[in-house]
Amino acid sequence: MNVKPAEKLSMAIRDAAARGEPAIVAFMTAGFPSAPKFREHLLAVAAGADVVEIGVPFTDPMADGMTIQRSSQGALKQGVSLRWILAELAAMQRPSAPLVLMSYLNPLLQYGYAKLATEAAAAGVCGFIVPDLPFDEGAELRTALAKTGVALVQMVTPVTTPERLSLVCSASEGFVYAVTMTGTTGKNVAVPDTVLDYLDRVSKASPVPVCAGFGIRSREQVAKLREHVAGVVVGSALVEVLERGDDPTAWLQGLRPSAPRSPQHDG
Amino acid sequence: MNAHVRFSADEQREMLDAELAGRFPDARGRFGPYGGRYVPETLIPALERLEAGMREHLHREDFQRELGSQLRDWVGRPTALSHAPRLSAAWGADIWFKREDLAHTGAHKINNAVGQALLAQRLGARRIVAETGAGQHGVATAAACARLGLPCVVYMGAIDMERQAPNVGRMRLLGAEVVPVTGGDQTLRAAIDEALRDWVADPMGTFYLLGSAVGPHPYPYLVRELQSIIGREARAQFIEHSGSLPDAVFACVGGGSNSIGMFHAFVPDRSVEIIGIEAGGRGVALGENAASLSYGWPGVLQGCYSLLLQDENGQIHETDSISAGLDYPGVGPEHALLMAAGRVRYESATDGEALAALTECSRLEGILPALETAHALHGAKRWAEKNPGKRAVICMSGRGDKDMPTLQRTLLAGNSGVAS
Ligand SMILES: Cc1ncc(COP(=O)(O)O)c(C=O)c1O
Repeated sequence: MNVKPAEKLSMAIRDAAARGEPAIVAFMTAGFPSAPKFREHLLAVAAGADVVEIGVPFTDPMADGMTIQRSSQGALKQGVSLRWILAELAAMQRPSAPLVLMSYLNPLLQYGYAKLATEAAAAGVCGFIVPDLPFDEGAELRTALAKTGVALVQMVTPVTTPERLSLVCSASEGFVYAVTMTGTTGKNVAVPDTVLDYLDRVSKASPVPVCAGFGIRSREQVAKLREHVAGVVVGSALVEVLERGDDPTAWLQGLRPSAPRSPQHDG
Repeated sequence: MNAHVRFSADEQREMLDAELAGRFPDARGRFGPYGGRYVPETLIPALERLEAGMREHLHREDFQRELGSQLRDWVGRPTALSHAPRLSAAWGADIWFKREDLAHTGAHKINNAVGQALLAQRLGARRIVAETGAGQHGVATAAACARLGLPCVVYMGAIDMERQAPNVGRMRLLGAEVVPVTGGDQTLRAAIDEALRDWVADPMGTFYLLGSAVGPHPYPYLVRELQSIIGREARAQFIEHSGSLPDAVFACVGGGSNSIGMFHAFVPDRSVEIIGIEAGGRGVALGENAASLSYGWPGVLQGCYSLLLQDENGQIHETDSISAGLDYPGVGPEHALLMAAGRVRYESATDGEALAALTECSRLEGILPALETAHALHGAKRWAEKNPGKRAVICMSGRGDKDMPTLQRTLLAGNSGVAS
């Protein structure tokens, strides 16, 4: 029981990859489409995923496309906050899949890093992804989270220089988030060979598992990525599934290359 | 004084000394505690390239020569320093205007736009994106891009497109594509978010021409360098006229570009009071104004650690101001530093006070100022009452033609503020 939260996260991804399929890191905005159904949605998502990434809504999600902008606003309108999310997690029967919080920096800054590290660990949070906190500005948060063993996951992108790539990968905890493209979340990426080459470079440089994300929404993409990364992050597409009221567990299971084909995952 | 920002006298002295010695921004892009580079990883190489390009070109003789000739022959610099005799008589202090409203396209924004566009050209940019609030930065960028033959896209909040309609047409005539932003608060903040999203999609081919002294490093520094010609000219012109320095200088503060441009040359002159005026909107409560230095506390927005109007959860709050150019919940990091160091005082003027000052200036001096500028005018008026006979220079940051839709709805609507 002495496994650090950051390691629990790496292990979950490695274990899935060892079974021959990329780990599915499933993103949902906390409290969207419905705050009262947050716990239910979280459990349903976790049942189809290896890691759940819970989005803390923010007024100015500058790295996000239309879907996550919409889900963030929808959650904020219902009063969802970091405080509320941590309280919900602390109070519920949590899923066994490790949890990661995705938040822009300002809500974390205002919460206070020391308090955040303690309360996040107590609520079963294994790591943080902070899209507007590049490696160079992250020392303070990284140090605070390290006190409770919680990971600060770093991102790399196709335009990250080779020197920076090794620097960022060696500093990343839990996993490395390899952004598949230059752009915001929510688009549909074709996963051309140049992207696969880049993902191979990241996987080679990284001591922790690599998960590819941004624009992943189909089983074909996941199948194409399986040889190159340990996991995939599925965000906007899953938010849209929840928004439509479809079953997230079944949809996530259908993303796995071994799953039987179903029409909603084609194209 | 902002109760959220408290530094000891020693800390204040240290910050001011470092600022005066030119040690800010430091290697991490900070002005004391403020500033930095809080952006998605995708933008890091683009910002590093911008910084390297800026360091290579900005202060080089050939670049400065080209910029200087564009500013002289196309923008119309130096702009005049005008005495304001009738306002002086009415207010009781000696009032002078630094006439950025006379610069090409009608505001100080052109100083920055033409400088950054020249830099973009040297860095081989294929395309320029910009945000705009009042539309002045959009017009300036569209004009500079037309002049240099660069394609230009301007993001503008839907609310601002309506209240600054004349500028939307001007941008389109100048060949820019104007993209309405209907998400977020539909004003300047949402326009910046959208411009950043555009830039993230093509960080190496697109040049983001940011319009105020905000955003990630190196923008606050770059914009200050390009705007500080305002204060350098004003200082020299005032000395030539009067043989001494003014007692006070004023500017309005939105993101803080005309103000940092006006103030920077005067910061070492300890005898000169420096006063920035923010938008006091309808009142002092959160959401009723856009006065981040007066009422905000530290946080991170759009790449920069500075003072923000936000709630206790770190959500950025909606702002309110009659002037689109001041309607922004953050402020440039160098202003946060100058306030923390105790060198510059920041106050606010309400919508009503700005409208009254606009009326007075128009009638007594024959100058219709921008609504943004009118806030600075009110600040100077308030100061003049307490400092009879002293001399103040106000940065006339822009002309008011763009504000006609708002003025039609307020001052010109029946029996409102304009007494006849
Ligand atoms: C005439 C004028 N003055 C002032 C401002 C405020 O911007 P800043 O604080 O960057 O000078 C604007 C912004 O649009 C403007 O158009």
